[in-house]
Amino acid sequence: MIYSEQKPWDEIKSYLSQDDKVFVLGCGGCAAASGSGGEEQVEELSSKLKKSGWEVTGSRVIEFLCNKSLVGMRLARNSDPIEEADSVLGACCGIGIQAVGKLVDKQVHPANDTVSMGGFHGEWPSEEMCERCGECLLDYTGGLCPLTMCTKGLLNGACGGSHQGECEVEPGRPCGWELIYQRLVEIDRLDLLVTYNEPKARDKYQFAPQMDKRHSLFWAIEAKGDDSREKLPE
Amino acid sequence: MKSFRNKILGNDYVITCEAGPPKGTDVDHILDELDRIGSSIDAFNVTDQQSSVMRLGSLAFSHLISDLGYETIYQLTCRDRNRIALQSDLLSAEALGLKNVLALTGDYTTMGDHPGARPVFDLDSPQLLDVIGQLNSGVDMVGNDLEGSTDLFPGAVVNPGADPVEPQLFKARMKEDLGAKFFQTQAIYDPEILRVFVNKLRKLEVKVPVLAGVLPLKSAGMAKFMNENIAGVCVPDRVIEKLTGAEDVVEASLDICVEVICETRDIAQGVHLMPMGWENQMPELMRRAGLK
Repeated sequence: MIYSEQKPWDEIKSYLSQDDKVFVLGCGGCAAASGSGGEEQVEELSSKLKKSGWEVTGSRVIEFLCNKSLVGMRLARNSDPIEEADSVLGACCGIGIQAVGKLVDKQVHPANDTVSMGGFHGEWPSEEMCERCGECLLDYTGGLCPLTMCTKGLLNGACGGSHQGECEVEPGRPCGWELIYQRLVEIDRLDLLVTYNEPKARDKYQFAPQMDKRHSLFWAIEAKGDDSREKLPE
Repeated sequence: MKSFRNKILGNDYVITCEAGPPKGTDVDHILDELDRIGSSIDAFNVTDQQSSVMRLGSLAFSHLISDLGYETIYQLTCRDRNRIALQSDLLSAEALGLKNVLALTGDYTTMGDHPGARPVFDLDSPQLLDVIGQLNSGVDMVGNDLEGSTDLFPGAVVNPGADPVEPQLFKARMKEDLGAKFFQTQAIYDPEILRVFVNKLRKLEVKVPVLAGVLPLKSAGMAKFMNENIAGVCVPDRVIEKLTGAEDVVEASLDICVEVICETRDIAQGVHLMPMGWENQMPELMRRAGLK
């Protein structure tokens, strides 16, 4: 899940200072679960906007604003209120704002801040996080990721700030390396703790896939403005 | 006079003293203070943005101290620099004539006065030790030849009071494998904790000499604060009681430090003093501990 929370009202109002008519769009996925983009929040935003002098041309909650195909279909059925609006206010994560922005020819203002959970969650809501580093280390760490579980992303054991299982950064935050240590004790693989892990190749973090990786259905659907559509896999 | 490196390698007892660069550019006052104790110690350990508080740099301050004729241990953390900057600063240290370097991970950014800063941590402390070894052998960390290598004497830190302690022991062994020649510890108030830790290190065949961290407590309140907030620090109740009941806190505090120094003489190959503003008390402390 991607967690987002509503921005301060004054900040939202400042975004809309040049607009008279606004369409409010919520996300029934992660933002609804975060309490920042469901029916309730969209209604609340709409009513606050009206009270503050804006005309709300319509509002809608769509399951996953990150899913462009779904959102495109839903919006196409009833596009008049959006056509009529000067801009769209999106109560969703940053991905939703960017995705909707590709589907409407108006500015899409973010009503929410997307909050870091220390890494990227799987598509299924869970606490296990992956930073998509391009060089998976999980085999060396008992299946717990040091990049997302250690605040500093250390690769070779806890720093001196770890104490009684807690991270130095805030009380109650578990030390990722303490959890890795406990796991390695459980699975009787403490030998892995003395294995030196070389520095990571940070260039693998960069999203710069080779052209040959673009010959996938993912790229055929998602990529815009290149010739990958013509090279769909058979 | 023997260099810090030769003393460590020759099994001589060493005294190092922490030197914190100022928050700003007024260095004269601090340098004067350090100048008064410089001849009593083997090297000044120059902190790198300690506690993530932005200050004058450890590279420049190490250089200024060595201009006074004293040896330094240049502290370098991974918090603020990526691998390019770390390697470059190590080359700079060599070019400026600095001899020793202490490889540290660094406190997290949010602990200091610029909590909004971007934390780097491109490398960790074992990896930084590995890099120092590579620069010493004439290549950078991707194998490019250097025009002139470094000859830096690398050290690292260990935390004997960590709980659990086993991962610390493994990490210490890794640091030895990666070239650490001396270990400095977190502040010690219970010599027994250090004794147990060093004995465990030796059982793992880790031979790196350990310098016991000594930080004078300025009050019973400070002792309690450290117990609650500083990882791996354990001030025993009897020490706190001694401070609470003391007529002269400075006297009591120095006595506590003297006890730690004396009781760790057989297991530690030196002492790492962290005066934290009590620089002027250090000569007296060393005299009482029989270090002069």
